[in-house]
Amino acid sequence: MSAANPTGLFEGLLHDLSIVRLKRTVRLGIKSLWLHRLRSLLTVLGIVFGVCSVIAMLAIGEGASYQAQENIKSLGSQNIILKSVKPPEEQKVSDKGSQSYVMQYGVTYKDVKNIRATIPGVTVVMPSRLIREYAWNISRRVDCEMVGTVPWYPEMRNHRVAQGRFFTETDMEGRANVCVLSAEVVSALFPLEAPLGRHIRVGGNYYQVIGVMEPRGPDVKGDEKQDTSKTTGKYLYLPLETIKLRYGEVLMRRRTGSFEAERIQLHEVTVKVHSLEDVASVADAIKQTLEHNHKKKDYDIVVPLELLRRAEDTKRIFNIVLGSIAAISLLVGGIGIMNIMLASVTERTREIGIRRALGARRHDIVLQFLVETVLLSGAGGVIGVLLGVAIPFVVTWTAGMKTIITFWSPILAFTISGLVGVVFGIYPAIRAAQMDPVEALRHE
Amino acid sequence: MASSIVQFDDVRKTYQMGLVIVEALRGVSFGIEPGDYISIMGPSGCGKSTLLNLLGCLDRPTSGRYLLGSEDVSQMSDDALSSVRGARLGFVFQSYNLIQQLSVLENIEIPLYYQGRPEAESRATALALASRVGLEARIEHKPFELSGGQQQRVAIARALVNDPLVILADEPTGNLDSTSGKEILRLFDELNRQGKTLIMVTHDNSVAEHARRAIRLRDGLIESDVRR
Ligand SMILES: Nc1ncnc2c1ncn2[C@@H]1O[C@H](COP(=O)(O)OP(=O)(O)O)[C@@H](O)[C@H]1O
Ligand SMILES: [Mg+2]
Repeated sequence: MSAANPTGLFEGLLHDLSIVRLKRTVRLGIKSLWLHRLRSLLTVLGIVFGVCSVIAMLAIGEGASYQAQENIKSLGSQNIILKSVKPPEEQKVSDKGSQSYVMQYGVTYKDVKNIRATIPGVTVVMPSRLIREYAWNISRRVDCEMVGTVPWYPEMRNHRVAQGRFFTETDMEGRANVCVLSAEVVSALFPLEAPLGRHIRVGGNYYQVIGVMEPRGPDVKGDEKQDTSKTTGKYLYLPLETIKLRYGEVLMRRRTGSFEAERIQLHEVTVKVHSLEDVASVADAIKQTLEHNHKKKDYDIVVPLELLRRAEDTKRIFNIVLGSIAAISLLVGGIGIMNIMLASVTERTREIGIRRALGARRHDIVLQFLVETVLLSGAGGVIGVLLGVAIPFVVTWTAGMKTIITFWSPILAFTISGLVGVVFGIYPAIRAAQMDPVEALRHE
Repeated sequence: MASSIVQFDDVRKTYQMGLVIVEALRGVSFGIEPGDYISIMGPSGCGKSTLLNLLGCLDRPTSGRYLLGSEDVSQMSDDALSSVRGARLGFVFQSYNLIQQLSVLENIEIPLYYQGRPEAESRATALALASRVGLEARIEHKPFELSGGQQQRVAIARALVNDPLVILADEPTGNLDSTSGKEILRLFDELNRQGKTLIMVTHDNSVAEHARRAIRLRDGLIESDVRR
C-alpha cells in the first residue's frame, strides 16, 4: 500500500464529483442515517440547540437594541438635554418637615446665559418650562400642557407653524399675552370657528391666539412626563418670560397639613450642537460650567449620542458574547458529530472493506462519510433554524417583547452548521478511507 | 501461455511483524486460462488467503509480477487497483458480505455504481442477474430477510454484475448447510459451463472435486497443480 496522502484523496474527490454522483451518494447517506434514526437525532442535538439558541438570542437582542436606539434617537442625536432634578438631600428635608418650605433647585436662566456666552459650536439653546393647566374658550375646556419657551422653538424641533406666526423676541421681551396652539388644542377649543385673533383663558389670564402649529404624530419623548394620556399633543406655546411673569418661579403643591413649594427656573433645556463631532466636547464643557455654578447636583445631563454610542457598544459586546457562545456550542456539536462518526466508521469497517473490494476508491469512501456528516449537521441546522425562528415569535406573543430576526442570521447559522459537518467530518472520513481493504474485510 | 488471463511470475509476499519476517508466499508462478475452474487447497497458514488477496488485487506482491488480462497490476496505485477490482474481478466471500442497509438489487449494483455507470443501465443489469440466480421475487428485500443460501446467491449475482475476467471465491460454502452448499456449487458449475473463470479456496475435498484443476499449497509454495 502506498502511504495514503490526503491531498491526493481530495484531488480525486474533486475530479470525480458530479451532480448525479452526489445525488446518489446523498440518497445512500440518508439510507444509512435512517437505519439509525434515533442515534442520528441524538447526534445532531448539539447542533440543533446551538443554531436555535443563536438565532433566538440574536432576534431578542436585536429587538431590544432596536427599541433602545429608537428611544434614544427620538431625543435627537445632535441635542444635549439638561433636566432639573430634585437633589436627594432636599427630598429628605421635604419628607420630614411639616412646615412650609420652599425648595430651590434646578437649571437656571443664568446657566443658559453662561452656556450661550462661553461655549462655541452651540447653535440654539432652548429653555422651557412646563405647567399643566386647564385652557378655556368661553365654556369649552381642555386639559393641556403650557410650554413656556423661546421664539426659535419651531426650527429647533422641526415643527412648523400652520397658520399665523410664532411669537417673536419682541413678544418675549414685552411679556406679551400671546399663545400658539397645537392642532389638538384647536380641535378641542375651536371646533367650528377660526382660532386666530381669538382669546383663551388660562387661570385668571387671557391670551391672544397668534398661531397654530402643524399637526404632529405621537409624542416622541413619552417617558418623560407623567399622565401623558390626557394631554397628549395638547400644547399651548407661550413666551417663556410671560410664563415667568404669570407663574413666578415658585410652584405650590398642597400636601396633607402643609404646603410644599418648589422653585425651579427651567424644567428642561435643550442644547443643539452644530456638528455631530462636537457633541462630546460640548457636553464636557456644559458639565464643567454647571459643576462650577451648582453646589448640589440638582440637574441631569442627558447626551443622546453618548447613550446611542453606549447602546451600540453594549450591542457589540452582546454580539461578541453571543458569537462565542455560538462558536462553543457549534464546536461541542461538531465534536459530538465527529465522535459518533468515528464510532460509526469503526462499526462499519467491514462495509468499508466490502465497498473497497467491489471497486470503491479511497475518495469514494471519503465522499460517502463526508456526505453523511454534512447531512447530519445540515439536518441539525435546519431543525435549529426552524426552532430558532419560532422561539422569537413565541417570545413576542407571550412576553410582548420586540424581536427582530435579521435576514442573514438563519442563513449564516445554517451555513456554519454545514461547515461544521465538513470540518468535523473530514477526519472520520479520512480514517475510513485509509483502512486497508484486506484488514477491513477480516474485521469482526 | 499467451492466452492466459492471469499470469503469476515468481510472486512473493512477506509480512513484517516487528522483528519477525513472515514469508507467506515464497515464489509462486502459474497461469490461468479463460474458462478454468480451479480449487486452491492446503493446510492452515500455507498462504491460501494471501494468494487470493493478491489475485483479487486487494494487496500487492512484495516481488514478482502479476499480469491480469494484459495489464501488469503488481505495482499499480491504490486507486488504479480499485478500478481494476471494480471492472475485472468478482468476489464471493465465506460470510456473503452483503451491505445490510441496502436491498438485494442495490447490493448487486454496487460494482457498477463505483464505475460510474448510469443508474438505469445498472438497474437493468442487476435485475437480469437477480433472476439468473433465482431471486427476482426478493429484489426489494434486505439481506437479513434472506437465508444464507439466498444471501450467497445475491453475492454471486453481485460478483457477476461487472462481467469479470475471474471470479474469486473464499470458502463459498463454508457457512452453508450441505443442501444450500450444493445449490451454490451447482450454480458455480453452470457458470463455468457458460465460460466463466472461477477460482475457489476450500478445505473440503468434495467441494474441490467440482473444480477441474486443483492447486495445492504448502508453506508458501505450490506443492501440486493437477488438471482432471
Ligand atoms: N497481515 C498479516 N500480517 C502478518 N502475517 C500475516 C498476515 N497475513 C497472513 N500472515 C501470515 O502469513 C501466513 C499465510 O497466511 P494465510 O495466507 O492467511 O494462510 P491461510 O489462509 O492458508 O491459512 C501465515 O503464517 C500468517 O500468519
Ligand atoms: Mg485463510
